[in-house]
Amino acid sequence: MVASGIPPLAAMLTSLVVFAGASMVASAQLLASGTPALLVILTTLFINLRFMMYSASLRVHFAHAPLRWRLLIAYLVADNAYGLALARFADHPDDPAKLEFFLGTGVPVWLAWQLAVLAGILIGSGVPASWRLEFAAPLAFIAMSVPFLRDRATVAAALAAGITAIVANDLPLRLSVVAAALTGIGVGMLFERKAR
Amino acid sequence: MSLWGTILGMALVTYLLRATFLLLPPGMETPGLLRRALRYVPAAVLTAIWAPEVLVEDERLLAGVVAIAVAWRWRATFATIIAGLLALYLFGFLR
Repeated sequence: MVASGIPPLAAMLTSLVVFAGASMVASAQLLASGTPALLVILTTLFINLRFMMYSASLRVHFAHAPLRWRLLIAYLVADNAYGLALARFADHPDDPAKLEFFLGTGVPVWLAWQLAVLAGILIGSGVPASWRLEFAAPLAFIAMSVPFLRDRATVAAALAAGITAIVANDLPLRLSVVAAALTGIGVGMLFERKAR
Repeated sequence: MSLWGTILGMALVTYLLRATFLLLPPGMETPGLLRRALRYVPAAVLTAIWAPEVLVEDERLLAGVVAIAVAWRWRATFATIIAGLLALYLFGFLR
């Protein structure tokens, strides 16, 4: 964000209050090119639509948690914490310590993220590009997604979502992720019905 | 709108997206159809995030296959990342 001309303090504050990487990268580019504020906010909304689906699926596990914890859980919802927690809950549906597990993944993810943003603001891109560390992010998502491939229906859902994301990659506002999610869910449910 | 106003707006919409379903009254049951649909959210969304990143070039594609195999066999995030990066260097070197 700082590289696109956002003041360092504003970049750090954004990271703390928004806490959503993909939308921050996109909004920094939009702000730098002079895009109107409302459009930047709308773009943020679309890029982060997946969080709404995460919140719906976390509700199954946390609907009865005290409100103050649900307010905190909502703030900590992020791809990694969500992926780790849902994988755990799928293996242990009756785990009495789901809240503790979610906080135990969510808080370290949050802390690591904020420290990384701070380091990025302070020292900039100090890692040589030849190390190709940018590929570590997709690799981490591969590691997170594979445990969810439990049967034919989930494999079909992942395949359909992956193909849709590739085909629709040029859509604006990262709508490809939303399109892929809907396609994947639909295909998964179709396969589930067939299997019965 | 100032930069600060924009940041506040971004924070609000993002938090509301995360909070919507978590803040609905606890008594409300999740409808069966929605519950069935939600079963596919993690597999679909998490895959959609990495798929386009892997298709960029041959090395990434091959490294992605290695990473999927490692993730499938050992279910270990760190090992998957290391194996994927090593495969990326190897395929880049062999090319």
